[in-house]
Amino acid sequence: MKRIQFAQIFAAVMVLGWPLGAQAQAISGKVSVVTSYSKDLTGPIKKAFEKANPGVTLDVQNRNTHAGVKFLEETKSNNQVDLFWASAPDAFEALKAKSLLQVYKPKATGIPEKIGQFPINDPDGYYFGFAASGYGIMWNERYVKANKLPEPKEWQDLAAPAYFDHVSIAAPSRSGTTHLTIETVLQGEGWAKGWGTIREMAGNFREVTERSFGVPDGVNSGQVGYGIVIDFFAFSSQATGFPVKFIYPSVTAIVPANIAVVANAPNKAGAEAFIEFLLSEAGQNLLFDPGIRRLPVNPAVYSKAPKDYPNPFTDPRLNSMVKFDVKKSESRNDVVDALFDQTITFQIADLKQTKKAIDTAATALAKKPNPQGEALLKEARGLMEAMPITEEQASSSEIVGAFSGGKKKEKGVRQAELEQQWATFAKENNAKARAKADEALKLAK
Amino acid sequence: MTAVGLQQERRGTFLSRAFSGTSWGQASIALLILAFLICFLVWPVATVIWVAFTEKGTGAFTLANFVDFARTDLFIRSFWNSFYVSAMAVVGASILALPLAYFTSRFTFRGAGVIQILGFLPLIMPPFVGAVALQLFFGRNGTVNLLLDDWLGFKLGFMEGLNGVIFVQSIHYFPFILINLSAALRNVDRSMEEAAQNLGSHGLRLFRRIVFPLALPGYVAGASLVFVKVFDDLATPLLLNVKDMLAPQAYLRVTSIGIADPMGYVISVVLIVASVASMWVSSLATRNVDYATTQRGGGGIAKRKLRPLEMALAYLLLTVIILLVLAPHFGLVLLSFATIWSFSPLPDGYTTAHYARVFGESSIYIKNTLLYASLAGLIDIVIGTAISYLVLRSKLMGARGLDLLAMAALAIPGVVLGIGYLRAFYGIPLWDGTPLAAFWIVIVIALAIRRLPYALRACYAALQQISASLEEAAENLGATKASTVRRIVVPLMTGGIMAGFITSFATAAVELSATLMLVQANEDAPLAYGLYVFMQSASGRGAGAALGVIAVVIVAISTVASQYVIERERRTKTGHLS
Repeated sequence: MKRIQFAQIFAAVMVLGWPLGAQAQAISGKVSVVTSYSKDLTGPIKKAFEKANPGVTLDVQNRNTHAGVKFLEETKSNNQVDLFWASAPDAFEALKAKSLLQVYKPKATGIPEKIGQFPINDPDGYYFGFAASGYGIMWNERYVKANKLPEPKEWQDLAAPAYFDHVSIAAPSRSGTTHLTIETVLQGEGWAKGWGTIREMAGNFREVTERSFGVPDGVNSGQVGYGIVIDFFAFSSQATGFPVKFIYPSVTAIVPANIAVVANAPNKAGAEAFIEFLLSEAGQNLLFDPGIRRLPVNPAVYSKAPKDYPNPFTDPRLNSMVKFDVKKSESRNDVVDALFDQTITFQIADLKQTKKAIDTAATALAKKPNPQGEALLKEARGLMEAMPITEEQASSSEIVGAFSGGKKKEKGVRQAELEQQWATFAKENNAKARAKADEALKLAK
Repeated sequence: MTAVGLQQERRGTFLSRAFSGTSWGQASIALLILAFLICFLVWPVATVIWVAFTEKGTGAFTLANFVDFARTDLFIRSFWNSFYVSAMAVVGASILALPLAYFTSRFTFRGAGVIQILGFLPLIMPPFVGAVALQLFFGRNGTVNLLLDDWLGFKLGFMEGLNGVIFVQSIHYFPFILINLSAALRNVDRSMEEAAQNLGSHGLRLFRRIVFPLALPGYVAGASLVFVKVFDDLATPLLLNVKDMLAPQAYLRVTSIGIADPMGYVISVVLIVASVASMWVSSLATRNVDYATTQRGGGGIAKRKLRPLEMALAYLLLTVIILLVLAPHFGLVLLSFATIWSFSPLPDGYTTAHYARVFGESSIYIKNTLLYASLAGLIDIVIGTAISYLVLRSKLMGARGLDLLAMAALAIPGVVLGIGYLRAFYGIPLWDGTPLAAFWIVIVIALAIRRLPYALRACYAALQQISASLEEAAENLGATKASTVRRIVVPLMTGGIMAGFITSFATAAVELSATLMLVQANEDAPLAYGLYVFMQSASGRGAGAALGVIAVVIVAISTVASQYVIERERRTKTGHLS
């Protein structure tokens, strides 16, 4: 049986005369992919891939990134999945660390090493970028017009009093892409200043959503004015017809969206053929589809891009972006998420109250300046922006161990204890900051 | 006088209880059910929940995680919030359900049947779609608030914070009370009411003192379901971005990447214990009281005609309730025909393109949904009837434990059950080498387990209203236990069993959280999954809404059809009996 198959392939190679033909002959059956991507992205690609490979079906299983990682973990004993396909490089790092991926070397040509400051492929060959995305701010034009609000350019702009209660974000612990946005700000501005910016912005949040898509959905329907999103959410909303706009702030990162072959894939040949298809010109061109709107990783195909499509390979601004350190991000992944959740997500009402008190005092002081009041206000801001741990502590073995459950014999501090400490820290600081702001306000009267 | 008398405690010695002659058949049924529950509920969940009792990293047994729970402000706050919201949702749901149930069963009323069916629709709203649609009407910039702001210059926070959750949950879950209470009202013996009337009681007093107490098991069954369901519900608080409640906390932690984090599982344990405790408390409420009436064939309480003015008021009240309750459906229909709907009271334009997009690909989803949900519903009523019979009629030891065990399923978060199934069944290969967990039957069983409590409570309430003396009479006349159950008990319970089947079927048809983990191939996916996939992109919103409308219509049609079939069957059977 094996010999016949081999003979067939051999004959095919002889007839067609080139190796790719042989591969197209060899793949058959079902290629099963776990993905976090919506039907708008997977639909057209599935259709084109199946058309290019008659007899092959691409079975798309939609799970969010976290659930997908968990699913592969839970099912590794009898794996039935060929490919994992999602945006966040962190998720792929996690899978790689758990030996749930396998190495492959794509044959496609014309794809550079880097996009912006980010390597397109995993240096060890476990996962590959097929598209890229940057982070930024989208807003609903009708909402902004009705509420007479300004257009933001930088992250820091969103901290201005005018945006109070108008901004939405997904929780970084729930959304791989939002996690990268937060990490980008932390790496771009530094730990302390970055958290300051984030907490000031967070004081204006209307909501912290549980799904990544909750943010563009809220902006599209006009329930909220501004959203912190990955670019394609805004581009595809625009393509659908929603009255939304988008900008990249200067501190942002262009990060590849990835695909990888799962370890012990039942249809390895099919999995590889799909990766080759995605990286081929035909596959790359599909990314311009109105429902998809991602940035291809092959610079050559941008000649066919729709009007005003951003090109990260030629846009100098997109090239001078933050040099994103994926190893650093991975090492403190859980800690950053928990810090955000404990001091922002679960304390949003408290934080907003504090922000409001500070803004009110600042407005009053601007009308009636008072040096003592200014000093108090500065203290209040410092308190609101402070974080319970330093950058060094965030990557320290003690804290990281509490989150990952290190195998050490000695009993360290537990995650739940740390979280309670951080929550208390934020709560007490907020209360103190409010007291100072109120004092400053009295001085301005 | 009161129609409610203290139940005669059927006493017996310990031994005779456990080993009385007829109980061998009952014992084997009980063992079968126990085995089923252990295989598909206890074991899978235990594999997951065990994490709550282990130390992170080492895996050693510890209770430190529970101490952490008690020491964390967020969790304690979440616990009380969940408790408050659940209790208030029971109040809200009762306010919506009582008038509907009262008017439609008490008075001859044009459109009563339609109201019963419309009142049922909220339950079959697929998760997260209901809250999305309600946002469009009642959200901060929804239709109502945009108009209010335009005309009067202010907005109302219908959907803000805990009150928003109570608002949405009351609308979503009031059918539990409506269905169970209506079924109970239909079973109240007319002669009781007539006796009271002859003694001079009428109007509200009659309802309060006689009719309602007799229908109490149905109300308690419904109210306790609402309580536990709201306590356990995820979709609504998450969509309204309310995170400081217990179920969202458990979900957020269990589904984040840190699989070794025990706190999510600790919260799950707390959820389960709290739910079982509240079921237990509610069962105490109806415990030592006998609601059964011996006469049959009266066919529910007497109906009378309303005077024109009363009629107008009643219609007005019911219209308001129905409009409120169906708001999510109107929103969904509107969204499914909308081109763009953004920051405006109504969509910019209308199109049928979304339906064209989903019709072609949804037939497989529809087929799967109907198959899975009806199988799950059938499994549920069989087990539900058996357990209620064992608890209420047999002297079998531990039958009540079986009841509580089955009810515990209510408190298991869908994700936990899904992960548990993967852990328990993924390593077991089928004949062709694919894992057992990948077999579609497993989805059916997961749905059946998730919905079993609904059917069980309905069957239980139905049986509580039937006097044991009817069965004793049959047995005295020489019928065997089995034929008594088949010919007397089940026919008399049909109303309750039907209510149980319909709630299980309809809610299973839109279940997502457990199935999301278990669907392993697109061809096995049910409607809610397809909807979830659509609803995640800007251009899929309309298509998702269209699929949602299709889901609601199909489940509604099958519900009405099964109601019709069972109702007809019941009539012929009770006709024989009377």
